[in-house]
Amino acid sequence: MGFIELKQVTKNFGDLQVIKPLDLEIKDGEFTVFVGPSGCGKSTLLRLIAGLEDLTSGSIQIDGREASQDAPAKRGLAMVFQSYALYPHMNVYKNIAFPLKMVGMDKDAIDKKVRKAAEVLNLNDYLERKPAQLSGGQRQRVAIGRAIVREPSAFLFDEPLSNLDAALRVGMRLEISELHKRLNTTMIYVTHDQVEAMTMADRIVVMNHGVIEQVGTPLELYRNPKNLFVAGFIGSPKMNFIEGSWAQAQGAHSVGIRPEHISITAEQSEWKGVVKMAESLGSDTFLHIQDSGVAETLTVRADGEKSFNRGQEVFLKPKKESLHLFNEKGERQ
Amino acid sequence: MMAPAVILLLGWMLAPLTTTLYFSFKKYLPLRGGDLGWVGFDNYVRFVTSSSFWPSVYTTLIIVGFVLAITVIFGVLLALLLDQPMWGQGIVRILVIAPFFVMPTVSGLVWKNMFMDPINGILAHLWRFFGLQPLEWLSQFSMGSIILIVSWQWLPFATLILLTAIQSLDREQLEAAEMDGANNTKRFGYIILPHLSRAITIVILIQTIFLLSIFAEIFVTTAGAFGTKTLTYLIFQRVLESQNIGLGSAGGVYAIILANIVAIFLMRIVGKSLDAKES
Ligand SMILES: Nc1ncnc2c1ncn2[C@@H]1O[C@H](COP(=O)(O)OP(=O)(O)O)[C@@H](O)[C@H]1O
Ligand SMILES: [Mg+2]
Repeated sequence: MGFIELKQVTKNFGDLQVIKPLDLEIKDGEFTVFVGPSGCGKSTLLRLIAGLEDLTSGSIQIDGREASQDAPAKRGLAMVFQSYALYPHMNVYKNIAFPLKMVGMDKDAIDKKVRKAAEVLNLNDYLERKPAQLSGGQRQRVAIGRAIVREPSAFLFDEPLSNLDAALRVGMRLEISELHKRLNTTMIYVTHDQVEAMTMADRIVVMNHGVIEQVGTPLELYRNPKNLFVAGFIGSPKMNFIEGSWAQAQGAHSVGIRPEHISITAEQSEWKGVVKMAESLGSDTFLHIQDSGVAETLTVRADGEKSFNRGQEVFLKPKKESLHLFNEKGERQ
Repeated sequence: MMAPAVILLLGWMLAPLTTTLYFSFKKYLPLRGGDLGWVGFDNYVRFVTSSSFWPSVYTTLIIVGFVLAITVIFGVLLALLLDQPMWGQGIVRILVIAPFFVMPTVSGLVWKNMFMDPINGILAHLWRFFGLQPLEWLSQFSMGSIILIVSWQWLPFATLILLTAIQSLDREQLEAAEMDGANNTKRFGYIILPHLSRAITIVILIQTIFLLSIFAEIFVTTAGAFGTKTLTYLIFQRVLESQNIGLGSAGGVYAIILANIVAIFLMRIVGKSLDAKES
């Protein structure tokens, strides 16, 4: 079981309220991702759940039991830190065995569990090595192994992939997702990278300045962002925002439209602009358009087969049924 | 490019060593005839067979051993304490470091006259306040007193090195251990102490080098009486009080040998304990 409920949780550091009153339910077995820009309070929220920080007010319940006052070890949660926080003087085996040793498990039982975890994580050949002798990806796996053996009711990850290079990151992303499928345990995963959030999450919690902007599945957030912040944060390249008379004509203060919802037409249509830059990804080409008269630059997705030149004039047609309309407060209307 | 520096350094170290070796094979009595020629190993034999030799080695080792133990144990405790966030941290830290800046001679005199004096010392007043007979520290508890004074001097050094080491410990490791169910004692034993092991080694090695040659603290307090005659002090007496340079030089060579034995011995056990912890 790993059902976590936050009620009116706040956290102050001195005078600074880092987490504003906040409610959140994390369902058992769900892969939840906290995503938001750096400094928005994701780590703080995770550490509150872990018990590494004390709540300023509010309460945290784990599996229906009040846990706000419990020591971290009592909450039955395991955490994987950004720095991995491996114990440098212990070898891989001892690192993974550490939590079991702390609860006083007997040696044979520990050995069985450690070897099983090492098997699952492909660490069998490295059990005698010290963390310093491992690659980034291997260290990451040791940290995960140390979390797995405890059989926690939920795993907490704080930007676990941010110290890895791009290629490894994609690999580890898959491994963590597969781990989640196999264990079916609640996982809370913190990242500032919306691509990680979109690809891994069952549910995404978008945070900004200590408040939750929106909670939903990746596609819900992509298709129906509740406000300008979520609209701009989710999706790459970013959604285009248009204000002014054209937006007013659509009956909104500002209008958002994703790059794939603007098509390039042969004849004169709604908008016209000049290609400033073409980013070719092979399958798609993203055009940065200037002088469209509606926004400073528009990003438009075009077919990767076609070629575009700098300075070329193009006609653009927004897909009217895919517009996102926002009022003056930036809320979806 | 390195050569001049190396040569200078070698000369710097070798000059006194060769002089000591040279004189140790001579009968040299400055006030009673000066250089009286080569005597082979006579000085060495005389120095070891003197009844003061083994007691002085023993005294040296006792002082070094106790001071090391006291400064390391209390140094770790103080460092842990100073690492805690607290009010007036800066001032407290400076106060803790202060004894290190007091010259050994001065600190020896201060301890002797202000604290340990059996009539006017602060400790004597304290004892009388509790209705007890004041102790004659430097005669009744001579070794304990010397160990106390020297420990007081070296504790700041140990504390400072250990505090820096504690502050370099990654907080996430402690948090990970906390989540793994390690209580305060276990976090200390499994995470903090192993992290400090290298700093402790450094403290032990550096202090040993200096402690083997402590002199001023003994000179101004007991003057080597009451069983506080260390090897260094014995050499001093041979050279200056007995005016026997040759004999003193032989003692100096023994002191070098002792220092090396102690250093190798310490490296061995400390190195082993490091290996054992890391495996
Ligand atoms: N221990 C602390 N003391 C004071 N301020 C803190 C502390 N930890 C975090 N903060 C502040 O709280 C805010 C949120 O931090 P954090 O939760 O680490 O952000 P994120 O993980 O989303 O990047 C930041 O402005 C940070 O400076
Ligand atoms: Mg963070």
